[in-house]
Amino acid sequence: MLSALLVMAAVAVVLGAVLGFAAIKFRTEGNPLVDKIDAILPQTQCGQCSYPGCKPYATAIAAGEAEINRCPPGGEEGIQKLADLLGVDFKPFGDDTAAPKPKSVAYIDENTCIGCTLCIQACPVDAISGASKQMHTIIAAECTGCELCVPPCPVDCISMVAIGEQITNWKWKYPAYALSPSSRTVDGRVSQ
Amino acid sequence: MRSLHQFHGGIHPPSHKAQSTLLGIAPVPLPAKLIVPFHQHAGEAAKPVVQVGSRVLKGQIIGLPDGHISSAVHAPTSGTVSAIGMHPVAHPSGLPNLCATLIPDGREQWEQHRRFDYRTRNASELQQQLRLAGIVGLGGAAFPSDIKLRIGRRQVDTLILNAAECEPYITCDDMLIRERAAEIVKGAEMLRFIVDAREVLIGIEDNKPEAIAAMQRAVKDEGMPFEVVTIPTIYPGGGAKQLIRVLTGLEVPSGTLPPDIGVQSFNVATTYSVYRALAHGEPLLSRIVTVTGNVRQARNYEALIGTPIDELVALGEALPDTNGYIMGGPMMGLPLPEVRVPVVKATNCVIAASEKLFPLQFPAMPCIRCTRCVEVCPAELQPQDLYWFSRAREFGKAQAFSLFDCIECGACSYVCPSHIPLVQYFRFAKSEIHAREKDKQAADSARERHEYHTFRIEREKREKAEKLAAKEKAAFAAKSGTAETQPQHVPSDLEKSREHIREIAQSAVEHTEEGAPK
Repeated sequence: MLSALLVMAAVAVVLGAVLGFAAIKFRTEGNPLVDKIDAILPQTQCGQCSYPGCKPYATAIAAGEAEINRCPPGGEEGIQKLADLLGVDFKPFGDDTAAPKPKSVAYIDENTCIGCTLCIQACPVDAISGASKQMHTIIAAECTGCELCVPPCPVDCISMVAIGEQITNWKWKYPAYALSPSSRTVDGRVSQ
Repeated sequence: MRSLHQFHGGIHPPSHKAQSTLLGIAPVPLPAKLIVPFHQHAGEAAKPVVQVGSRVLKGQIIGLPDGHISSAVHAPTSGTVSAIGMHPVAHPSGLPNLCATLIPDGREQWEQHRRFDYRTRNASELQQQLRLAGIVGLGGAAFPSDIKLRIGRRQVDTLILNAAECEPYITCDDMLIRERAAEIVKGAEMLRFIVDAREVLIGIEDNKPEAIAAMQRAVKDEGMPFEVVTIPTIYPGGGAKQLIRVLTGLEVPSGTLPPDIGVQSFNVATTYSVYRALAHGEPLLSRIVTVTGNVRQARNYEALIGTPIDELVALGEALPDTNGYIMGGPMMGLPLPEVRVPVVKATNCVIAASEKLFPLQFPAMPCIRCTRCVEVCPAELQPQDLYWFSRAREFGKAQAFSLFDCIECGACSYVCPSHIPLVQYFRFAKSEIHAREKDKQAADSARERHEYHTFRIEREKREKAEKLAAKEKAAFAAKSGTAETQPQHVPSDLEKSREHIREIAQSAVEHTEEGAPK
């Protein structure tokens, strides 16, 4: 009887030690769900979701405080991905969210810029270079198109320019079928 | 006699090669203008280094390589740069790209270049030389050759010269070998020298007996221990991985490159231009282009890079029922958006198309899962599954089924009894996946920059608070007795710039109301 009790106690101690060790060794910092959500968000840091950046929005979604359809730059595909991740239903954009726009970058009219640095302070990703009373310019490759630099400009010299389709970002289209034999198919040039 | 191996699948389309091999290679008369694109190779576009109005000499660099995978672009003849701007190019999108327009002066004045002995240079000097000479793969992919010559994880034992030229209609490599085999062999020795390969194999398909004979003669005359291997004609036997398989029996594993298994291959035309670059210091200024299809006289031409294709097809005299032009072969080539696009380094062939040569296809019908595509796929993929996933936009699954091992040879589309444009679907899926990866990278970089931005703002705030605290402490100390070290109020940099902003914003009268900082 006593030996059985001792064996059980010893097993309990060992297992407890293993669990305790595992709890320290494999401890997760922060909420992993927040990072997963943040990885789906497009990182424009535009604040259109009413949160001050993508991470705060991700935190709010993880806490169940925010809907998944608040991110226009992510588009419907983003909502779908969030729905898949969280196991909830897809939810279309509501009337209160801005419609998704084509990706664009900010452009500073350098003739009008007075060098006030207000846009530099507004840029969430430090994509504007310039200094006080010096002309500013956008580092286009780093611009996320968040539009946060547009309202602070006292001389309205910043405009958003849609990137559009260029040879560098062109994609093959979804193949179009010919509906009748009289119209040529996209691949209709295989030699017979 | 070397025992040959086989790759999986393959097809036997009619070759249509005889018509363009009746006459020798002819030079193209100097065109009135040349349009030289800055992006003619895989990787990053070259950076323009000339200005509108500059006079350039033949062989002068007009675009410098920009980035790791890039190549130089040269003036194909002497003349004046009349424009640098967007011009239609041979690209499936039909979108224009940055080109320099050169008006030749007809004097063909060379920039100074000299012969040198490649044996006195080391491999990395020679690679740099090739990069600046703009040498890229002339088989169609236009991959910079210097990158292929970099020493990888292991020693390259076997160097393969790709002269298979498996695609129908194209004969530019065939004619080049017939006429300039000796130079190709010398170029092969240079490549062998750079990678220090043990053996050199030259693979030529058996439908080119004249080229095989010419190459064997040249190898013998040069006294090189190279082996000319006749391989069976089957499409796509000229694919790099397929040719390596046939010649060596080795298979390039998915996700690796040929050098990882000790093999590297170069196209024969590339090898010829390597010879011109390393023996004579001549950059890549021209290439052999097959003009064939629905033309009165099919023939190979030596065309300067930048020659408008309409001038080239004018030499072949396209027949009146021509309804379009294809750059490359009928299997992998691309229909030209318009005929005034220039010849680029990848232009191996221009086919005038007509209803008769390329009859209209039946409309695509549903996949019946006959798996004929599986039987012919040289990459041993399951095209019908890839089609299914690409069509349903299930890109993750398509990738899991090795979509990126597809070489887009078009054998599956060719045999499909339902006439499904399979390759189109694969290209669509590939470019969607690439675009997503690019977006992901951009998002990651934006996240990083934003995190640093917030960190910086926090740090500035903290530093300011610390300064303020120190100041208050000093003020308190001054008040309580020792008055000699009274600190003056020195405006911090931040306050100074705030002051600037206020001044500037107020001076912008028309916007004062709504734009002034609060």
